[in-house]
Amino acid sequence: MSEPTFTLDGREIPFAAGQSVMQAALAAGVFVPHLCYHPEFRPHGSCKLCTMKINGRHATSCTTPAAAGLEVESDTPEIQDKRRTLLQMLLVEGNHFCPSCEKSGECKLQALGYELGVLTPHFNLLYPDRPVDASHPDVLLDFNRCILCELCVRASAEVDKKSVFALAGRGIRKHLIVNAESGKLGDTDFALTDKAAQVCPVGVILPKKCGFCVPIGQRRFDAAPISQHVDEFKPVAIPGERA
Amino acid sequence: MAFALETAPHPEQLKRVAIDPLSRVEGHGKVTLLLDDDNRVQQVRLHIVEFRGFEKFIEGRPYWEVPVMVQRLCGICPVSHHLAAAKAMDQMLGVTLTPTAEKIRRLMHYGQILQSHALHFFHLSSPDLLFGFDADVATRNVVGVIAAQPQTAKKGVLLRKYGQEVIRMTAGKRVHGTGAIPGGVNKSLTAEERAALLAEIYQIVAWSREAVHLIKGLFEQHLEQFNAFGRFSAHTLGLVRADGAMDLYHGGLRARSSSGSTLFDHFDTGRYWEVISEDVKSWSYMKFPFFKSLGNSAAGWYRVGPLTRVTQCDFIPTPLADRERQDFLAFDGGSAAGATLGYHWARMIEMLHAAEAIKDLLHDDDIVGTELMATGRRQERGVGVIEAPRGTLIHHYRVDENDQVIRANLIVSTTHNNQAMNEAIRVVALQYLDGKELTEGLLNHIEVAIRAFDPCLSCATHALGQMPLEVELLGADGAALDRVTRDMRGVCRRDAVPASLP
Repeated sequence: MSEPTFTLDGREIPFAAGQSVMQAALAAGVFVPHLCYHPEFRPHGSCKLCTMKINGRHATSCTTPAAAGLEVESDTPEIQDKRRTLLQMLLVEGNHFCPSCEKSGECKLQALGYELGVLTPHFNLLYPDRPVDASHPDVLLDFNRCILCELCVRASAEVDKKSVFALAGRGIRKHLIVNAESGKLGDTDFALTDKAAQVCPVGVILPKKCGFCVPIGQRRFDAAPISQHVDEFKPVAIPGERA
Repeated sequence: MAFALETAPHPEQLKRVAIDPLSRVEGHGKVTLLLDDDNRVQQVRLHIVEFRGFEKFIEGRPYWEVPVMVQRLCGICPVSHHLAAAKAMDQMLGVTLTPTAEKIRRLMHYGQILQSHALHFFHLSSPDLLFGFDADVATRNVVGVIAAQPQTAKKGVLLRKYGQEVIRMTAGKRVHGTGAIPGGVNKSLTAEERAALLAEIYQIVAWSREAVHLIKGLFEQHLEQFNAFGRFSAHTLGLVRADGAMDLYHGGLRARSSSGSTLFDHFDTGRYWEVISEDVKSWSYMKFPFFKSLGNSAAGWYRVGPLTRVTQCDFIPTPLADRERQDFLAFDGGSAAGATLGYHWARMIEMLHAAEAIKDLLHDDDIVGTELMATGRRQERGVGVIEAPRGTLIHHYRVDENDQVIRANLIVSTTHNNQAMNEAIRVVALQYLDGKELTEGLLNHIEVAIRAFDPCLSCATHALGQMPLEVELLGADGAALDRVTRDMRGVCRRDAVPASLP
């Protein structure tokens, strides 16, 4: 019996039971822009960059189960334009100074900016005041770059079992906080080896004292744009199907 | 001369002429001249009208970010800021660099000297020197040089390109790379990169030598004019190696008085504040450094840069450049070594030295080594001093126990030359403009004097929160309606609005 399929931009995409539209697309080698998705974690649906037109309605492809016969549009001018707008808003909500950011060349937000042609600020910059937290001996937190993807929140709670991070506030005032009475990372049991220290797609959680150690030309997205890294994003079994 | 023309006693009665913007310099600045009814010069000032704020906004940033961030002060000599900051952080970390790291950084620095000096001489200054200071403005530019002397222009472009390639291979990019990191470098050269640079370096050395002879020939051709133009005497400051040799990357501070006596020698750069202080004036965002031992900026101002370095060092440790240095010092009884336009000649000698130094480093196997980083015993502060293309560059940082910068002080090359440039334009104003009807060609003489110093006006205005500020509201008829001033202590004051106004 052949695998069920749906169509993505006119192409037949096979899928396995339980896969989302995005997972099936990635498994078939089709790149889907994303920031809050990570193959080792359950889908989150917050960044909205993976939004597609599914049977005529906009939906986040990471949270939409694949189903036989779906008609899905992704690489269309309309959808790509919406993704660009989302990126443009993310880039002005924080303080993203790529020229002096040590995550430059390794940052998914920057890489998606290049991928989708977002090369200059579009909206007015908000310049939020977000002091860095340098209290931990091994890890620096630079909140200026946080995009609220909650990957660190999920990793710390689900894998590290520490719940070091959380989001607080509502709307434009929503922000990342540290679960300590002082609010400082140095007053938690966070460790550089924690999963939460490995998953930030931008430049918030950084190992100390080794910035810019990878030369230009050898960084993750120097050699190939993010769309050619699709193998890194293919679905894997989520350990213990953490719930 | 000194401060005679800095402030006219009754400026309200004088005519004002502004050269704004200054052309063919890095950054934005202007010169104002105040003239009386007979066109006699009464006041001349070089104003720096930008401000940047780097010293302030790197506070709180992690120390390893600083060498990459502060280089954004400049697009012409970012390598100098990159290396000065990295050197400061090395000192803060208590590190002695590995041979590979030091030689890669030196290679980067000599690439920077080569490209910056080529840019300044060929692209920015050669139109004045080749065509005359008051030549037709339509051709007195680099396009005119390309049309009139295509081979000269081509060599200038290729010299700069080679320097940029050296930077790209050592820092990752031609402009704003990341090669130097606190404690070392993040890459050495590959065998392919080394071979590619070696293939062209002998041609680059030969062209650099031709450039020295080009400016020497111009001096011979216009001996009287070039020697006298904007000439003044000044104290001098620069780095020298322990044996007195020119060293643009590392050394001790040497200062000489205008009469040639030694003020201090091989002074530890890590304690620069014991010998140098800075003054602030209400009409410029650029500070005025001076030697502390001489009391104040009026008595203790000095100049830095190629002319100072070439004349102050005991020798240049590469043979062709040292021979040219001796020619330069002996020329016309030593006259060029004290001339403002002697900066150009000295600059070309340094470009030749940089080319020779690159050649020597390319033959050194350490540049393909793999020992890139070193560790040391952490300190509270770090000072990095380097000879940038335009002169001595000082970066000074304090870093707290959380690795955050808590204080920064940058004294850049153009700031050291602030008073010297003002001096030069005042001399030129008296020499060429005094009592005359002003023309574009005459005003260009002022810019020629400034260009001799190769100033980087953007670099020089990096401070924020310390400078005096004056904001004036003018009516449609030009009359002052309101004025707010902030003094050096940050205290604001509003002048009374004239009673006749609503």
